[in-house]
Amino acid sequence: MLADKDRIFKNLYGVHDWGLRGARARGAWDDTKALLAKGADWIIGEVKNSGLRGRGGAGFPTGLKWSFMPKKSDGRPHYLVINADESEPGTCKDRDIMRHDPHLLIEGSLLAGFAMNANTGYIYIRGEFVRERERLQAAIEQAYEAGLIGKNNIHGFPFDLILHHGAGAYICGEETALLESLEGKKGEPRLKPPFPANVGLYGCPSTVNNVESIAVVPDILRRGAHWFASIGRPNNTGTKVFCLSGHVEKPCNVEEAMGIPLRELLERHAGGVRGGWDNLLAVIPGGSSMPLIPGHQCDQLLMDFDGCRELKSALGTAAVIVMDKSTDIVRAMARISYFYKHESCGQCTPCREGMGWMWRVLTRMAEGRAQKREIDMLMEVTTQIEGHTICAFGDGAAWPVQGLIRHFRHEIERRIDEYTANPHPEPVEMAAE
Amino acid sequence: MAVRRLADPALQPKSFAFTADNRAWAKKQIAKYPEGRQVSAVLPLLWRAQEQAGGWLPEKAIEHVAELLDLPRIRALEVATFYTMFNLEPVGRFHVQLCGTTPCVLRGADKLIELCHARIGEPQDVTEDGTFSWIEVECLGACVNAPAAQINYDYYEDLTPDSLNRILDDLAAGKPVRPGPQVDRQHSAPQGGRTTLIDPDLYRAGDHGGTREPVLSDAHAKRPGAPANVHEAGAPKPPVRNSSRQS
Repeated sequence: MLADKDRIFKNLYGVHDWGLRGARARGAWDDTKALLAKGADWIIGEVKNSGLRGRGGAGFPTGLKWSFMPKKSDGRPHYLVINADESEPGTCKDRDIMRHDPHLLIEGSLLAGFAMNANTGYIYIRGEFVRERERLQAAIEQAYEAGLIGKNNIHGFPFDLILHHGAGAYICGEETALLESLEGKKGEPRLKPPFPANVGLYGCPSTVNNVESIAVVPDILRRGAHWFASIGRPNNTGTKVFCLSGHVEKPCNVEEAMGIPLRELLERHAGGVRGGWDNLLAVIPGGSSMPLIPGHQCDQLLMDFDGCRELKSALGTAAVIVMDKSTDIVRAMARISYFYKHESCGQCTPCREGMGWMWRVLTRMAEGRAQKREIDMLMEVTTQIEGHTICAFGDGAAWPVQGLIRHFRHEIERRIDEYTANPHPEPVEMAAE
Repeated sequence: MAVRRLADPALQPKSFAFTADNRAWAKKQIAKYPEGRQVSAVLPLLWRAQEQAGGWLPEKAIEHVAELLDLPRIRALEVATFYTMFNLEPVGRFHVQLCGTTPCVLRGADKLIELCHARIGEPQDVTEDGTFSWIEVECLGACVNAPAAQINYDYYEDLTPDSLNRILDDLAAGKPVRPGPQVDRQHSAPQGGRTTLIDPDLYRAGDHGGTREPVLSDAHAKRPGAPANVHEAGAPKPPVRNSSRQS
């Protein structure tokens, strides 16, 4: 288990002071100037060597992403954009960082902005987080007042941080949709290339990072890349805030080392699966977009990028949704499909039409009102959506359905058999309705 | 996608304009964004318009924001109908947004939905006295405190039908209510006490590993592991099976 002294988010639960004084007592803003004095290349190098991979879901190496930014400005300003549009079902880690440890994020923004020569940073926070926005705004103002950020700050690198408030759209967590939204438009993802590092916010080079990725940077630089890299396994380094929700005894957020076995994670911090480990039906290891993993495969599951990929799922945002044997798994997945139907931006046809189609079919399957051949048809439709849309939303909506069919086909078939043996009066609708 | 339309013309007010305070506030918001990019302020301005109009966005308010930003009317309408937190129809004094996504359903959001149906009525309907309205929303991002509901701007977490009922009673009676977890727990920490962050040394002033003396220099120093960045290139995705061309 990770020792307390190796944790980065020392005020994850809001027991202590969230403000500047409290943050300073916990080590934030401690001689940040000395870190900046080592230069942008050193910062990017350290972040690369630490092996930090993006904490927003895709797991792209953060240092590498930063190095894509142009080294010299061609006259256009550079922007740092922080993605705080946390809306992946199961995920609620950034919320705790922003309301309880906001100065880690602000200091990280300054360091990241300096590394990429961005004098302005935008934080895009989701619309529902009104209180979190107020808290974060208060912390930003504290930092301005103390001269830590701003035009003439004590660090000698002008840096403005602007908090932008969304208004309820899951798709704005996609980086280019977020940029569109920040520009005052509908949140519809852009085609890539050009990538944001060349043409991003307002047509200028921009980098979009998750809140947690930025908030861990000051600690990585202070304690050294080798400290961060020594936690976890190669290619899966560092600490991570896990969100443990669903059918556990005591749901919670907890910062742990990457690569911790799922069972240890749940039993040590969340009181274990409700009704005992053998009562586990399935887990979704990384937010609702990731395929579920059936309980019998979870004994050996290591919670990191590679560990989850071995079981054909992904770590995503490390939001573990636990489902015990009382769960109606088909209905649970149908509800996730409804989520994607509701949140599709409607730009690409496969996604706009496919989401509603999948939801309707799954809803019928949850009751058994379907044909068995429709299971294969559903699987095929998911592959027709996956990879055929502008952004990864389509993939993220197709994977959970694929996971359901891969592991619980027998359950769908059992319901169809049950219904066929005792049909209800309503007619069975065909899939091609 | 969700179909979102403007409210019935009979409900729409005849005019809308920002108060002097709000207009000054709007100017400040617009100034936050670079020259020529004032359109970025459309979301904050629509938020403020919604607040001024009593929790929902009448057509005239959307048009007013468009005028302020020098934005074609249709662009502002596009934005207002795209983002689901802009209520296009009137809402109650307390607008309950109940999370109905899977993590909350696993912890009993169904029963809260039943309660709202019984107590308030159909989604979007406002009670006769104008006190309550409710809708089912998608993930609120409080999944470890499920089930959760947002009433106006505050989150109420770890709800049961009883506690939600009591909160609604108190709100209607004008009594103070406590947002956050409705059971004995510290925000997102596990109920019954923290399992981490219990080492008192963490919070001893002045002992937190500075730039010059890294925390690793102590007796329990960790040894560096294998270089973590050996495998930086993202793994290429396999080509998607194109089932329409299957033989």
